[in-house]
Amino acid sequence: MKKKLISAAAVIFWIAVWQIAALAVGKSLLLASPVEVIQRLATLVQEQQFWQSILYSTSRIMLGFIFGMTTGVIFAVLAGKFVFFEKLFAPLIAAVKAVPVASFTILALIWVTSAQLSVLITFLIAVPIAYSNIFEGIKALDGKLTVMADIFRVPASRRFVGIYLSQIMPYFRSSAKLAVGMCWKSGVAAEVIGIPKGSIGRELYNSKVYLETADLFAWTLMIIILSIITEKLFLLIVDLIVRRIEKL
Amino acid sequence: MPLKAENITKCFGETTVLEDFSHEFADGAVTVIMGASGCGKSTLLAVLMGIMPPDSGTVTGNDTRLSAVFQEDRLCENLTVLSNIRLVLGKKAGREMLISELAEVGLEGCAEKPVRELSGGMKRRTALLRALLAEYDVLFLDEPFKGLDEDTKRTVMEYTKRMTEGKTVILVTHDREEAEFFGGELIELQKNA
Repeated sequence: MKKKLISAAAVIFWIAVWQIAALAVGKSLLLASPVEVIQRLATLVQEQQFWQSILYSTSRIMLGFIFGMTTGVIFAVLAGKFVFFEKLFAPLIAAVKAVPVASFTILALIWVTSAQLSVLITFLIAVPIAYSNIFEGIKALDGKLTVMADIFRVPASRRFVGIYLSQIMPYFRSSAKLAVGMCWKSGVAAEVIGIPKGSIGRELYNSKVYLETADLFAWTLMIIILSIITEKLFLLIVDLIVRRIEKL
Repeated sequence: MPLKAENITKCFGETTVLEDFSHEFADGAVTVIMGASGCGKSTLLAVLMGIMPPDSGTVTGNDTRLSAVFQEDRLCENLTVLSNIRLVLGKKAGREMLISELAEVGLEGCAEKPVRELSGGMKRRTALLRALLAEYDVLFLDEPFKGLDEDTKRTVMEYTKRMTEGKTVILVTHDREEAEFFGGELIELQKNA
């Protein structure tokens, strides 16, 4: 409770700093105040287009995230099991990690339509995050537990859930937590470059073109809220699975 | 077929830990292996269990149902106490029965706790209970009471003795009091120079 109060106080402090800075600047074109942003957001939520844009971007970013996490997990399992795959994936993962989102986005626009762009970009962001974390988890698996399971002749299904999955899930959880935020950032950045019709990225782009700073801030705030909601939702599902595993 | 070790030799680099060890372990009785630290007690147990191959010699009679308390607890830290035991016993182990057995070793109220939240002594008792409740023909106990305070140790030792009556048990310890409590045949290992 005390921790939550401290966190809330920290948020209020920074909002106050923002408000003071906006008042000091005195031009909402340069820096919209928190009050203006909230007012603009309150107007936007009444528009159908606002919710359509949210649905459009969220569905694509989450699709890329889920595909990316799944692929990352599969790659990590293969690499953890076979050195051949570890060596094979190493340069690919290193390259995907190092290449800037903007380069990928421009390149991807040649291959896919702008509507599919955020799916591809978030997929590319999620894969190395999931891969690196899960691979690390696999490498950290306690081999002595496998020997214990051999001695007690623990069946394969129970062994998989109780020994392997229970040890890997914390790594999966931390990778998912990191990847959700990164996917939102990169997915929206890709949309700003590709400007697909009906996306949050296009709204951000328009707010820049028409110098609607309050809109820019309102959409940014919405992206943060969406990122937090999707992260909490996904982690809730993961935690439910973890609790189920804990109780075997 | 009784557990039998014949001419077991095990070296780690230049150090010979076990040299030409032979013994036939009595069926349905406790055999205590004693010796100073580093004399090869745990190595012998690992060789007898078949998890460490000897450099020479043979072990027979270990291809049956085994149970063990290892040198380390070897518990799944992210699972609850109950789940750790059920991992080995399966779902057929009733919750009520397990909770009552947990109370026997002073772990009442710990059933739903993840093992990572337990103290060292509690983990040791969980590992011991898991081994005692498993179905086995031979039970290996490697310093099963280490880390327990005197009162708890006494309670747990009495429980262990009750649970292993008439069963084949190989107990490794460096504590003479423990050895005398369990009785049975005593093997004293000497440290190789």
